[in-house]
Amino acid sequence: MSTVVQHPGSLKGARLPKWSPWAIAGGSVAVSVGLGLAAGIESRIQWGLIASLLFVLGTYVLAARVEGRRQAKDRIATSLVWVAFLLAVVPLFSLVWSTVERGVKVLDVYFLTHSMGVVGDSEPGGGIYHAIIGTLEQVGIATLIAAPIGVLTAIYLVEYGRGALARAVTFFVDVMTGIPSIVAGLFILSLLLILDMSFSGFAGALALAILMMPVVVRSTEEMLKLVPNELREASLALGVPKWRTILKVVLPTAVGGITTGVMLAVARIAGETAPVLLLVFGNPFINNNPFDGAQASLPLYIYQQYANSAGSEAAYDRAWAAALTLIAFVMILNLAARGIARWKAPKTGR
Amino acid sequence: MDTTQITDAPPPSPRPPVLVPGRAARAATRPGDRVFLGLARGSGIFLLLVMAAIAVFLTWRAAAAISEDEGNFLTTFEWNTAGTEPVFGIAVLAYGTVVSSVIAMLIAVPIAVAIALFLTHYAPRRLSGPIAYVIDLLAAVPSIVYGLWGALILVPHMNGLFGWLDDYLGWTGVFDWEGGPARSMLTVGILLAVMILPIITNVSREVFRQVPRMHEEAALALGATRWEVIRMAVLPFGRSGVISASMLGLGRALGETMAVATVLSPDFLIHGSLLNPGGGTFAQNIASKFGEADEFGRDALIASGLVLFVITLLVNGAARAIIARRKEYSGANA
Repeated sequence: MSTVVQHPGSLKGARLPKWSPWAIAGGSVAVSVGLGLAAGIESRIQWGLIASLLFVLGTYVLAARVEGRRQAKDRIATSLVWVAFLLAVVPLFSLVWSTVERGVKVLDVYFLTHSMGVVGDSEPGGGIYHAIIGTLEQVGIATLIAAPIGVLTAIYLVEYGRGALARAVTFFVDVMTGIPSIVAGLFILSLLLILDMSFSGFAGALALAILMMPVVVRSTEEMLKLVPNELREASLALGVPKWRTILKVVLPTAVGGITTGVMLAVARIAGETAPVLLLVFGNPFINNNPFDGAQASLPLYIYQQYANSAGSEAAYDRAWAAALTLIAFVMILNLAARGIARWKAPKTGR
Repeated sequence: MDTTQITDAPPPSPRPPVLVPGRAARAATRPGDRVFLGLARGSGIFLLLVMAAIAVFLTWRAAAAISEDEGNFLTTFEWNTAGTEPVFGIAVLAYGTVVSSVIAMLIAVPIAVAIALFLTHYAPRRLSGPIAYVIDLLAAVPSIVYGLWGALILVPHMNGLFGWLDDYLGWTGVFDWEGGPARSMLTVGILLAVMILPIITNVSREVFRQVPRMHEEAALALGATRWEVIRMAVLPFGRSGVISASMLGLGRALGETMAVATVLSPDFLIHGSLLNPGGGTFAQNIASKFGEADEFGRDALIASGLVLFVITLLVNGAARAIIARRKEYSGANA
């Protein structure tokens, strides 16, 4: 459009006033609500879609008239970016909101301290004690396996790694990060079938360890690379052997970051359902022994409450409450990890 | 320039000093050093062995199952492993996996790129930090929670959209809807899009942050609008990063199990319509069929898992290759 209005004596083209996006947004919301009520559209999502469409179109037409085509394109990009952001926030907000809202219904001390042992899938009552025990044991064993191997591998890559072996390890760590959790579960399952063993918490922990190792390697590697070389050189120059340099100088310097990485990895595997479904199988009773017999776990509990209950409200309530517990657990781990990262921020020596 | 880096550029010399071979050999003769090096190298080798073992054992069990298959493993539209004449094939699963992931990518990539641009170039600075933090946290929400939300909240809310699509686009056949519950491929695709949004956003944001400030300022100085800056300086620089971020997201979507298993109501047919329930994906099929499978049935499921493993390996390998190629010439922007 060539209707650019040029103020005499001004180098700038005409601009829409600063409040115009808000005005257009308000207008389009009002129109869409009106349209929605008039046409009897029930879904609020559709109202939102109509409003955002009106907003983008309105911005373009107005800006093209007042400011010219290039500015109008800029405005349309801005409004599209905002709309995309708001569109994405809606489901994510809804997810958190519905989990909290429905989760608090049955979440109390009784729920946290009782199992599903004598409670039918569709009856009210029962709790998640057995699932919490299972999750803690499986994740704990997985961490005990994966964290040392992961940290040692990262030490190898950063402190020793040169040549073909290091390159191969780096490449396959990357590849391992992308393994779907169910494939890791199937791998351990194939081992169980070959060794003729049955379900146990330990088998699940092995699969979780496979998922955890590459994450630990990656984050530890990044942290070790942040340790300034001067520290290593100073220690080596004093005649300290390399392994003591790594243990006493490099690792303590990076320990905050490594802890953060391990905790984030724990948070990631704590929510894995698929391998647990294949290997631990689920169990309504309390089983404290991870090496013998089927166990429960929080994510698996959520799935089974949802899938096995044939739509019973009591089971859905339990599923939401367990989901809230799981999210709280994961979020606390995440926040604590970030807290440690900030508190022990890598001392880069600069 | 204090553009923040994600890649391994930070301190002046990130690698330990390369020792002269003779000195390295002498250092390694100390017993403590030998043990420690052995432990570290052993862990690395152990990781490689695990990868190899995954491939070998899956192939072993899968080969046993496929050789007993009475149907064609690649083209049969059936999954029946219980009888004496087992018939199973992955055609429906491959179709469903590809379709749901493609839908997820079509929705998630543009929105994720837009959010990344929003965070790096549009949002007020005070807002962008906390929002990025929240998106980080959302990436940590377990997939089973997304699945529960999808099945109990998203599915009922899809009816309006499905009705609308059926009214106006139903004639295409792709959006034909018979009015059943919205437990279909399109819903699965939308849910997967929500799930992979945080990871694509995070990686794209890091890439956009690395765009050399000079490029943007040069474009601004030539009178470019903000959108023109993004189109001429930011997007070309970030293209390969966005591609690899999308492929990481694709890898997630392909292997996602629980969200699909809770939302989809599966069957073993390929449906033309995305709105009617039916179909299945590799991971979903494994999770839902596992409970009642006997030992042979489990081997058959392992065979389908092997196919999924190979597909995700290819996708992730491609993503990593793109990232690696980019690293080589990104030294110029340090």
